[in-house]
Amino acid sequence: MQAIKTVHLTKKYKDITAVDSLDLTVEQGELFALLGVNGAGKTTTIKMLTCLTKSDSGNAFVNDNSIITDVAAVKSIIGVSPQETAVAPNLSVRENLELMCGVHGFTKEKRQAKTKELSEQFDLTAILSKRAGKLSGGWQRRLSIAMALISEPQILFLDEPTLGLDVLARSDLWDSIRALKGKITIILTTHYMEEAEALADRIGIMKDGKLLALGTSEEMKTKAGTDKFEDAFVAIVKGGKKT
Amino acid sequence: MRLLAFSGRTAKEILRDPLNLFFGLGFPLVLIGLLTAIQANIPVPMFELDHLTPGITVFGLSFMTLFAAVLISKDRESALLQRLYTTPLTASDFIFGYTLPILPIAVAQGVICYIAAALLGLKLTITVLYALLFIIPVALFYIALGLICGSVFNSKQVGGICGALLTNLSAWLSGIWFDVDLVGGVFKKVADVLPFIHAVELERAVFSADYSNILPHFWWVLGYTVVAVVGAVLLFLRQMKKQ
Ligand SMILES: Nc1ncnc2c1ncn2[C@@H]1O[C@H](COP(=O)(O)OP(=O)(O)OP(=O)(O)O)[C@@H](O)[C@H]1O
Ligand SMILES: [Mg+2]
Repeated sequence: MQAIKTVHLTKKYKDITAVDSLDLTVEQGELFALLGVNGAGKTTTIKMLTCLTKSDSGNAFVNDNSIITDVAAVKSIIGVSPQETAVAPNLSVRENLELMCGVHGFTKEKRQAKTKELSEQFDLTAILSKRAGKLSGGWQRRLSIAMALISEPQILFLDEPTLGLDVLARSDLWDSIRALKGKITIILTTHYMEEAEALADRIGIMKDGKLLALGTSEEMKTKAGTDKFEDAFVAIVKGGKKT
Repeated sequence: MRLLAFSGRTAKEILRDPLNLFFGLGFPLVLIGLLTAIQANIPVPMFELDHLTPGITVFGLSFMTLFAAVLISKDRESALLQRLYTTPLTASDFIFGYTLPILPIAVAQGVICYIAAALLGLKLTITVLYALLFIIPVALFYIALGLICGSVFNSKQVGGICGALLTNLSAWLSGIWFDVDLVGGVFKKVADVLPFIHAVELERAVFSADYSNILPHFWWVLGYTVVAVVGAVLLFLRQMKKQ
């Protein structure tokens, strides 16, 4: 079964087409990185796949559930870490984690177990009783990602997860993401080429709402005739300008 | 269960803001104290506690509008609400989750006002319980108004519209501070078709066991409450779709 399958998925905002008839499939258990310059349509794609934004035409299937007709089913199997940090500022770190357990309908035992597990994984144990709004940006970010994982999603969407993280936190998060690899499907967007190269099974490069290239980083380097993936990315995106 | 988790968060966000506590609970108390002090020096029938206190409990409800509107508009601007929209929470979970936790806060505010007034010499009978009961439909109107403002305006506009305009409207056009009949003319006509004065008169009638005066005002309040609730649901759903 494919974890994600989009069929001519399209989103228009007034005069611009943010996502333009996108056809994309992601296999179950795959870690897929979506790359592209600012405004390419990555976030819009994720918003449609997570039922946050309605598509204008086309359809998409998340573990075979249509994002148009099976919204409730989709929402129960996904976890989302939005591009912007999404925490409740007046709640403590623990309460934020418990809120996510609550909205997923976890039992008390499961809530306690998951809160413990995630706070250990993300080094949040020492700050569990601190208000989320009082944490530094990077720590809010960690909490925000932990909140996406706590519901044990089958498909995880990470929109620029390592934005604003220090080097150590980034490397920790990479480890956490690697640990999930194979178990769940992950869709990740990033502007860090080395991140996509290090983590992703396959990479898709978007521009102006369309998919320009799709494949492994090796394939893209070979295709573009470059040694470094970053150069391949630049070549592909610049090449895409003419069409 | 899901609703409970989200409502708990609403209550915490509101009660943990010291400014909310100051305005929501402190301000009505200051008014009762101040006007009673004035009344002690220059007797004004308007400011006698049995007349004043029911009015203040209604005036205090305009802060419930502010609480709801500020919270919702801020949530809409933060990514938190986006994240929650991707969870199994349904539209009705959101609407109830914002509304229900504010109702007990509204009643608690009334209780505190009556306790303060009792300490200043107001004689309480069983009617105070009825008065608190009738606070509920009035509070529902004010909270629904908050949902409307929070769904339509951004957090800056909410400060101006709910914070300044509404509190002033519900102060001037309510007959709490002066008898609208004395002004007469268009002012009285406008005041009479708006719900504020009817809410105050309703509370006064209930508190003073003036039973014949309850129903006429109650219908006005109920009508406005129904309209506000319907409007709140529609506008909340509209902003949810617009994400
Ligand atoms: N709510 C909106 N209203 C109008 N236009 C929008 C809206 N959201 C996105 N867009 C437009 O859609 C296009 C794609 O935006 P999107 O956020 O998907 O890009 P992105 O690839 O995530 O970029 P970035 O790397 O900067 O996050 C942009 O041109 C953007 O201006
Ligand atoms: Mg983006």
